Amino acid sequence: MLSKRIIPCLDVRAGLLTKGIKFKGNVDIGDPVEAAREYYEQGADEIVFYDITASSDKRDIMIDVVRRVAETIFIPFSVGGGIRNVEDMRRVILAGAEKISVNSAAVDEPQIIAQGAKAFGSQCVVLGMDVKKVEVSGKIPSGYEIVIHGGRKFTGIDALWWAKEAQNLGAGEICLNSIDADGTQEGYELNLTALISKNVRIPVIASGGAGKPEHLAQVLTTGNADAALIASMVHYRTYTIAEIKQYLDNKQIKTRMLW
Amino acid sequence: MITIIDYGMGNTGSIVNMLKKIGVKARITSDIEEIATAQKIILPGVGHFDRAMERIDKSGLKEILDHKALTEKVPVLGICLGMQLLTMSSEEGECNGLGWIPAKTIRFRFSKESNLKIPHMGWNLVHQSTPSSLTKDFEPEHRFYFVHSYHVQVEDEKYSILKTEHGYLFDSAIQNDNIFGVQFHPEKSHRFGMRLLENFAKL
Repeated sequence: MLSKRIIPCLDVRAGLLTKGIKFKGNVDIGDPVEAAREYYEQGADEIVFYDITASSDKRDIMIDVVRRVAETIFIPFSVGGGIRNVEDMRRVILAGAEKISVNSAAVDEPQIIAQGAKAFGSQCVVLGMDVKKVEVSGKIPSGYEIVIHGGRKFTGIDALWWAKEAQNLGAGEICLNSIDADGTQEGYELNLTALISKNVRIPVIASGGAGKPEHLAQVLTTGNADAALIASMVHYRTYTIAEIKQYLDNKQIKTRMLW
Repeated sequence: MITIIDYGMGNTGSIVNMLKKIGVKARITSDIEEIATAQKIILPGVGHFDRAMERIDKSGLKEILDHKALTEKVPVLGICLGMQLLTMSSEEGECNGLGWIPAKTIRFRFSKESNLKIPHMGWNLVHQSTPSSLTKDFEPEHRFYFVHSYHVQVEDEKYSILKTEHGYLFDSAIQNDNIFGVQFHPEKSHRFGMRLLENFAKL
């Protein structure tokens, strides 16, 4: 049986972690490669890098980060943020990433999903979705709307419709982020996660709201998620990945316990 | 020295990175003369079955690969799509495979009620079906990273060396004499992947 995946997410700006990550002896790590190595050794099943570099001339720094990560860790990792076209995807993949995640760019130009899947295979293309709860309407029948530009711009697109559409276009996985839950550390948006996961055939990674191991247990069972993204709860050393996995194991939720 | 075949399908760099980590020399090449001197070959690959076979045919690689695998009998390891190419055919496309192992590649078939996801993506266990030098010293909890929508089915159980469950048991590693295939990505499977590649390097 497939194990549920625990995936730390690292935000990178111009080649550096945006938040210091505290590890053993409270060492503050600013290098995304070192942080990735720490999580790899702690038992992360995958790693997500999100490039929040604003200026395009500094984007090449990320390619160098990807290359160094690929030489250092031997688990899959994905890169998102600032991917606008197939050429951007190609550079990241050739530098050593398994997957690329597209978010706003896919809303602006959905064909980027199909083009990416055709060029590199569906397994390379992750659709990142930022979702906000809204009133149910004719336009948004699921009550969940896609927002872009870091949650600032409403698109008028229904989240459930978009998830299915992305699957049909060839996305291999969905990373589903609840803007409402994001940063609260009060738990994932379980209704949203279950709604999307039950209505697509491709795997769904839940994102936004993780603060305690219990939250992961909820989203991996009730929420029907295939994987759970975590950030603050491990970055600030509140928990280690091993502790989270042990908690899940006690709850009969199977993860990769040996590596 | 392991020769990794570059036919434009997949991330050959990741395999080199792991081989470097375990101290095994490797080169990536599409050059027929270089391949002719290969003592050990890895056939990687992600993407579409037909695109891969078309590239192998068009680039003139098929003849030299057939010679190395079937006449010289050098050890060959197909990874992911590279494993599926070793079979006779795939439901993903129309092209014939390399046909070095009596097996075929088929789509995952689940009942309508099933909530199993495709692609089969993530970490899963492997179970030994036939002992092999490739899977020497495996532990009961040996787990690898998978990502695929089609899987291999051998014609005779003797060609199956590992099985994995996703809805049902499928052949996650196969062998016919000097030719091996693994559906998972050892290069992305941490310590267990290193062990498998070490075993291959020692053959």
